[in-house]
Amino acid sequence: MRTSFFARNPSVPIFLVLLAAFTIGVTILGEAYGTGDISTSFTKTLGKTLCLCLIAVALDLVWGYTGILSLGHFAFFGLGGYMIGMWLMYERTRAIVERSLANAPIPPTPQEIVDGIGTQIFGVVGSNEFPVVWAFADSLFLQLLMVVAVPGLLALVFGWLAFRSRVTGVYLSILTQAMTLALALYLFQNDSGLRGNNGLSGLQNLPGLGSVPQSKVSIWFLWASAAALGLGYLLAAWIVSGKFGSVMRGIRDDEARVRFLGYSVEGYKLFVFTLTAMIAGIAGALYYPQAGIVNPAEIAPIASIYLVVWVAIGGRGRLYGAVIGATFVSLVSSWFTGGQAPDIPLGVYTIKWVDWWLIVLGLSFVGVTLFAPKGIGGLVDLWTGRRAPDRHGADLGPDQGSFREREAGE
Amino acid sequence: MSLLEVSGVSVSFDGFKAINNLSFQIGDAEMRAVIGPNGAGKTTFMDIITGKTRPDEGRVIWGEKSKSLLSMSEAQIAREGIGRKFQKPTVFEDQTVHANLLMALKNERGPLSVLFWKPKPDDLARVEALASEIALSDQLARKAGELSHGQKQWLEIGMLLAQDPKLLLVDEPAAGMTPSEREHTTSILVEAAKTRAVVVVEHDMEFIRRLNCRVTVLHEGSVLAEGSLDHVTSDPRVIDVYLGR
Ligand SMILES: Nc1ncnc2c1ncn2[C@@H]1O[C@H](COP(=O)(O)OP(=O)(O)O)[C@@H](O)[C@H]1O
Ligand SMILES: [Mg+2]
Repeated sequence: MRTSFFARNPSVPIFLVLLAAFTIGVTILGEAYGTGDISTSFTKTLGKTLCLCLIAVALDLVWGYTGILSLGHFAFFGLGGYMIGMWLMYERTRAIVERSLANAPIPPTPQEIVDGIGTQIFGVVGSNEFPVVWAFADSLFLQLLMVVAVPGLLALVFGWLAFRSRVTGVYLSILTQAMTLALALYLFQNDSGLRGNNGLSGLQNLPGLGSVPQSKVSIWFLWASAAALGLGYLLAAWIVSGKFGSVMRGIRDDEARVRFLGYSVEGYKLFVFTLTAMIAGIAGALYYPQAGIVNPAEIAPIASIYLVVWVAIGGRGRLYGAVIGATFVSLVSSWFTGGQAPDIPLGVYTIKWVDWWLIVLGLSFVGVTLFAPKGIGGLVDLWTGRRAPDRHGADLGPDQGSFREREAGE
Repeated sequence: MSLLEVSGVSVSFDGFKAINNLSFQIGDAEMRAVIGPNGAGKTTFMDIITGKTRPDEGRVIWGEKSKSLLSMSEAQIAREGIGRKFQKPTVFEDQTVHANLLMALKNERGPLSVLFWKPKPDDLARVEALASEIALSDQLARKAGELSHGQKQWLEIGMLLAQDPKLLLVDEPAAGMTPSEREHTTSILVEAAKTRAVVVVEHDMEFIRRLNCRVTVLHEGSVLAEGSLDHVTSDPRVIDVYLGR
């Protein structure tokens, strides 16, 4: 009955191998260490996509497995970005300020340097004082800690209030939207201490590594994002494969029944909600240095709704579905909205994809929800199901067996 | 000394008194049948004990330490040792029979201990033993949703036994079962009542007779009569409201 974790979850090794192959492939084709067939900016797009896959896996845990339709996980993602962004911006500005003050006749005092950094960072919002939230901005370690602690704490407090009063279903989704909207509106204010609608910028420049070209930095971030996604996937697969996963699915399907078995449903929901918020924070902390800028618009309610659409289209309740959805939809999205898709002239009217893409996406979401609730990931079922009878009782799991047949067919 | 003591409990839904000044007691290893016409309040009575419904007044006292169940959550009450089988079979249809039983098995219930929990040989042996008791040994790997109605009823009884509760509340366990399935269900319940308290709600008189236990008759939310089956079925008021219809 007991077999190894990978044998029981064949999608995990397959995914990890594909992810490693992808990362090596991009490295070989990238500008820094390889042939240069993949541009630095596209490398960044791919690295960012890996981060989106990671938050999609987190949302799948919370929605696909536990049945909590959170429309607020991008708030945690954005907060993760802000937390690492504060350190990146502070340290880089400090280097600039120190360089410019180095020529002064009298060496600057530490206070003068801090004031200089403050003027540089907060000049755009008409201030030069460091707000309290920047108290730890000079410590990479503490800001990294805050990447998980701040989203985790927000999720813990929000979840405790919401789950304790047994808010479920649509009402909970609305509350999560309200949370993300409130956070975005707060951050939009100039006196929020995080530069209002300017957000934090210049995040692609790593302090102390100014001489390293972006082509290299982009590959490093790709590696880090791939490692985070791999570990996140492994963690998620481990969580859902055991009894904890059983309880999660039980809560999704019939939470009252789970209570009568003696499990405190609220505690489990809070655990999953908080854990996934922390994963989202990590994903955001890797994403925004690749994007270069984080601002309150990133946390807008619509972002969290997109996330749900990705997971729904990819196939919720299966981890690879979340990854497929996030990859496929976000890449196709950026192709359509980036102006790369050719316009379709219809004589009287020209279809401009930049305008029409959202409508296509919305319709596919409705289509998937109504006609293919398993999403793209459901195709895997068709395929393994169809291949299964061909195995003639061979001693292989369905996934391994079909994998071999695919190789043979290629 | 009783295991559970319900006294003077009333509950109303929108002004309608579903339970009216109900009192009830059961001892440690006792089997009790609860009968009564539809709408008598049998399911609501179980809802009150298990914390699903909060009574407007009255007391529900549990165990040696005489704890009140009224301030506990459903999950806490379940952990105290009160297990429940619902009228409509509710199992986790998307999961295997094995996973259903494993989830019900008596073990730590906190998120962290469940996260790091691994089934020990003992646990797996217990699942096997339960499966054979409920005649589902060869169905362990199937999804619970694929079982027949009667098998789902048994799986739910198996989950109830897996929790190893001190008190089992069983709501209409034989509904939708064939006569031979009913007989098997009776023997499972009788066996369980040797070591713990069992309350069975059932309509079928033959089923009740085979349980061979004290009977409580509910009517309009309160106890109408209590005693042996022959005693209550010869009570003219019981005949009037229930049997004579
Ligand atoms: N949640 C509820 N809201 C309103 N009325 C209820 C509710 N639960 C039960 N009732 C009513 O209480 C009465 C007792 O119901 P119930 O306990 O299910 O009866 P039984 O199980 O004996 O058939 C019925 O008249 C039922 O309609
Ligand atoms: Mg009933």
